[in-house]
Amino acid sequence: MNIVVAIKHIPSIADDLPVKGNNVDFDSVDFVLNEFDEQSIEQAVLVKEAVGGTVTVVGVDMIGELDNVLHLALAKGADKAVKITGDDPAADSHMQAKWLSEAIKGMSPNIVFAGVQASNDLDGQIGPMIAAYLDMPYIGGVSSVEVAGDSATVNKEFAGGVGAKYSVSLPMVVGVQAASKPPRYAPVSKVRQVAQTATIEKVAPSGEASSGLTMKKMAPPVVTGHAEMIEGSSKEVAAKIVELLKSKGLA
Amino acid sequence: MAGPIKAKYVEKEHAVVDGVDISGHWNRMFEQRVITEYTPELIEKVADIPGGESFANCYQCAKCVPVCPVDVVGNYGPRKLYRYAQTGMDLTEAPELWLCTTCKNCLRVCPKEVDMIQIMPAVREQAILAGKFVPPELQQAFENTAKTGNPLGQPQRKRDAWIQSAGVPVPIIKDVARPVDVLWYVGSYPSYHPRGIDAAAAAARIFTALGIDFAILGKEEKDDADSQRLAGEKGLFEMMTEYNIETFNKYEWKELMVTGPHELNAFKNVYPKYGFERPVVHYTTFLARHLDQLKPLLKHSVNKKITYHDPCYLGRHNGEYEAPRKLLEAIPGVELVEMGRNRENGYCCGGGGGGMWMDSFTAKHTTMRLSEKRAMEAASTGANVLAVACPFEVSRFTDAVKSTGNEHVDVLDILELLDRSMRGE
Repeated sequence: MNIVVAIKHIPSIADDLPVKGNNVDFDSVDFVLNEFDEQSIEQAVLVKEAVGGTVTVVGVDMIGELDNVLHLALAKGADKAVKITGDDPAADSHMQAKWLSEAIKGMSPNIVFAGVQASNDLDGQIGPMIAAYLDMPYIGGVSSVEVAGDSATVNKEFAGGVGAKYSVSLPMVVGVQAASKPPRYAPVSKVRQVAQTATIEKVAPSGEASSGLTMKKMAPPVVTGHAEMIEGSSKEVAAKIVELLKSKGLA
Repeated sequence: MAGPIKAKYVEKEHAVVDGVDISGHWNRMFEQRVITEYTPELIEKVADIPGGESFANCYQCAKCVPVCPVDVVGNYGPRKLYRYAQTGMDLTEAPELWLCTTCKNCLRVCPKEVDMIQIMPAVREQAILAGKFVPPELQQAFENTAKTGNPLGQPQRKRDAWIQSAGVPVPIIKDVARPVDVLWYVGSYPSYHPRGIDAAAAAARIFTALGIDFAILGKEEKDDADSQRLAGEKGLFEMMTEYNIETFNKYEWKELMVTGPHELNAFKNVYPKYGFERPVVHYTTFLARHLDQLKPLLKHSVNKKITYHDPCYLGRHNGEYEAPRKLLEAIPGVELVEMGRNRENGYCCGGGGGGMWMDSFTAKHTTMRLSEKRAMEAASTGANVLAVACPFEVSRFTDAVKSTGNEHVDVLDILELLDRSMRGE
């Protein structure tokens, strides 16, 4: 079973996001692994542990620091790591999907995992576009995957807490919302051991794609108003809330 | 846990040893008896791990058991662990692996120098690397430290947000742009935990009143990760150590002062192995040195009966017992009373060695929390304040006095008590 995980290295939003021109100031921001990709790496390793196979993790090197992320993935149980030497921190999801697909094509994958979305583009497009380029079906919003032979049973989440179980045939692309178990912890000692010995395959970016969108302006949100804190005993607070709702014509 | 191994029969009708027929009822002396039939394999498994060697030194005298804080609320102690290993416990997989707080009281009394401070981190590291069971809450603390630079998982950019509550300017070393006398390493809990922030703010006011030339690292400060090391994550500790040493060396300062005993232990005792050998001092030692200047500032009486809890990593690990007591005695109105277990035999709060992040796990294997036992001891002295000098302890004991029905005992850092005397609150 060839299991492939397509990952994204994205600007961290733990710190204030600096803006330069009409994009993020990529020189003064840390890059981190997209959190949905942490889930999809875990799901891939779980599938490998259940049915055997090889997990290959592939991503676009946005700022020349993807090795750290790939070492972490290898320490967690991935077998191979591939980086696409993009070195273009502004590459959008369309461009990345094209490059990833070209790299994945030769891997003859049985199943491709991608995080369901990422907090930079926030368009959830990487998975579906990879599926389109590879001519495979796509299912997103997935919270568990069980592979048996040429097919898999996946749980897909819908809005309002509704879930559905699908039986799907492989090969296919899966957009992971959450792995069936919380992502495992990779001890730093192990990550460092891996960093000493691992080889990361380098692939040149191939192809062009664009979302067709042009960024006109990027700016931090303007603070317009603050929340009003209601003080007093719980009864007083409740009374004030009722009063407030009435005054707004909501009760 | 496996039960004791049953003795085989020890007497044969006919026995030949080295060609000599020794048949007879007395031949039982030549057969193995139950006491020697335990397998040494699981002891050797621990002793074979670098750092775990002294585990095999144990000769079962049991001096360590009554001084073990975990045994007081459970069934533990190095001698017992040795016995469990003889009778089938694999320490790398047993819950016992995670109960030791590395308080060092066993090593203090051990005639064979069985060193749990070396053994536990070494065996834990092996267990973690082998993907064996690790308490999930501890893993979360590791992950938080690796990702955010502190075990609480708080954002790095808010590391110095606490200074707004200090009421005095707190200089950031990057901004002062000149050498300072004291680089104050605030620590993760004093930077982020609400009760820790109270102590940090009090410290800032005291240092300012004393006219100390100090600065902090601000947003550049990250966790020391010493407790994560003792909990088995040596790689994480080394990663943080490399960062911290580089950061400390970026600036010019004469002395590094820490709020927490765990940081003292890291920077003073462990960092030299990584090439950092600079003067490091705990705030109690530092302030006791400035007692003559401090005393005139302590204008207001704090009419309290206070008992002081010796932090394991300030006391047993670093030998500082007197400075905290001198500071408390310098506060007008204070009556200092001692708990039965104090100084070298001080009881552990349960927070060391990663215990800070394993409370739920530990609770399943003990009759009560160590902090609860200690809170009860504090209350039994009749004290109405439990004074502490370690940032782990304020939150631990504040919870413990509540859960044991001793809310009348206030848990306060020595910094907060000095600040109250200074400001009259």
